[in-house]
Amino acid sequence: MANLVLKNVKKSFGSVNVIKGVDLEIKSGEFMVFVGPSGCGKSTLLRLIAGLEDITSGTLSFDGQVVNALAPSRRGIAMVFQSYALYPHMTVYENMAFGMQLSGGSKDDIKTRVEKAAALLQITPYLERLPKQLSGGQRQRVAIGRAIVRDPKVFLFDEPLSNLDAALRVATRLEIAKLHHSMNSVTMVYVTHDQVEAMTLADRICVLRDGLVEQVGTPLELYENPTNIFVAGFIGSPKMNFLEGKFAESYKAHTIGVRSEHMEFVKKGGWQGSVIHAEKMGSDTYSFVDVGSAEPIIIRETGTSRHDVNAKVSVAPMDGKVHRFAADGKAI
Amino acid sequence: MAMKYLKSTAFYVLVVFIVVQALFPFYYAIITSFKSGSHIFEITYLPNDFSLQNYKDVLFKGNGTFIRNFWNSIVIATSTVVLSLFIAVTASYALSRVRFRGRSLMLMTILAVSMFPQIAVLAGLFELIKGLGIYNTPYALIFAYTIFTLPFTVWVLTTFMRDLPIEIEEAAIVDGATPWVIIRRVFLPLMWPALVTTGLLAFIAAWNEFLFALTFTSSMDTRTVPVGISMLSGNSEHEIPWGMIMAASVIVTLPLIALVLIFQRKIISGLTAGGVKG
Repeated sequence: MANLVLKNVKKSFGSVNVIKGVDLEIKSGEFMVFVGPSGCGKSTLLRLIAGLEDITSGTLSFDGQVVNALAPSRRGIAMVFQSYALYPHMTVYENMAFGMQLSGGSKDDIKTRVEKAAALLQITPYLERLPKQLSGGQRQRVAIGRAIVRDPKVFLFDEPLSNLDAALRVATRLEIAKLHHSMNSVTMVYVTHDQVEAMTLADRICVLRDGLVEQVGTPLELYENPTNIFVAGFIGSPKMNFLEGKFAESYKAHTIGVRSEHMEFVKKGGWQGSVIHAEKMGSDTYSFVDVGSAEPIIIRETGTSRHDVNAKVSVAPMDGKVHRFAADGKAI
Repeated sequence: MAMKYLKSTAFYVLVVFIVVQALFPFYYAIITSFKSGSHIFEITYLPNDFSLQNYKDVLFKGNGTFIRNFWNSIVIATSTVVLSLFIAVTASYALSRVRFRGRSLMLMTILAVSMFPQIAVLAGLFELIKGLGIYNTPYALIFAYTIFTLPFTVWVLTTFMRDLPIEIEEAAIVDGATPWVIIRRVFLPLMWPALVTTGLLAFIAAWNEFLFALTFTSSMDTRTVPVGISMLSGNSEHEIPWGMIMAASVIVTLPLIALVLIFQRKIISGLTAGGVKG
């Protein structure tokens, strides 16, 4: 319901500049994911939007209204924290009702909304329990429920899945995706360092590095047309293959990048090398081929591989699938 | 093997030593308090007499002065605890969670206050109390004790509050809680163990204090129990009423024991469990 605009937003802690001027528009109802390596400022940026940190300079506006000086509770946001941040001494019901009690909602109204949110997240049986009697996944659902009850215009998630184990992470990711579909008028901003979460959840991804925006776009835009070497390397799993020197010269670039699924084994020509390892995933096989570049090239084949370890092979990128980068890292 | 026995024997010898040296004086006070007449001056380590005469004397001789003193002590110690904890909780919120210039200097200063010996500030404090016009009232003692228990309570609660997860506070801020609501509805329930511990210690300090109580009160019915006991008199000027003193000591110890027993059940560790990960 809210359109967020950040204009030249900066944040420094003392003499350390954490956010160095971010311009970004998050459209109403959009699921925006901030992704980047640790220390890139993505959590700080989220906390600036939440109002938990003061903006040093620049403006942040919600629906055209500048909210720099507005308290978090008056911005119409709700936040889900990495560590759940439930009130340990309150039951699940009280946890979810706390915000509305403070804003003076009527008892019946609170009850209706808490129960509705609990039903949505399937935590109704636990309403009378304390957080310590719940598992990690249930606690995070309560934290999400607490956010829903506030009926926010903007939903903020700060690495909500990082504390969950792998299986639960996938399940909760699905919950969040479903939540986004069922509340499609609510703007969601989600911080993660995990590019898989970013790719699977986002309408648009904002890749951050060292307090600056590297690229903003839909997951596929970022995957197919990274504007620089950092984004190319950060998005996609396994990592894009980068080759320099003589490999890149023939493409008239400083560095070339090829994704693992865009490499293929060829009968003749291409780059000569030997298979040093093969990861057999069942559906796919990732072969690591040493062709004399800085790092072995990863090649993805569907199904099982025909190539044994130590086999001499020739590999080549598919036509038109090579990303070229200049010496400064920009895409050509 | 022999080494192991030696070690555990040494350990238990030490335990027995500590227990005996801590409890023997009180034990001796109890058995003495039940003795009457000339039995008091016999040195025995097992009870050899059982008489409640000393207790009757303490409570009912002297027109109920002792009961009055006892009541004063309860009022003063309780008020000190309440006031001290209230100020300490609010102060420790600021000192642990609000960033401001000179915060650590302030914390060190507060700790430094507790370094002054009582006798060093006695004269100044006396002037202050005279000036405030609360000399010889319970307020004088509440005032003095609050000042002296604050460094400790502030310090302990600040340390404790600093360890409370910051995310819980931030969640409350997002929920629209003011600092006061955060303190009262989020932090206080989590701080029970620390509050009970510091509150008990403050109570004991106020309950046992002698020097201020002697200096800032002058009449029998404003005194607290420690001073009251020291002023118990026997039948003649030259007789020290040991039996009554012992009985009175036992009586004033009982509330402390009761408090510890009541509140030890409240000291549950891990009260923050479940709120945040880890």
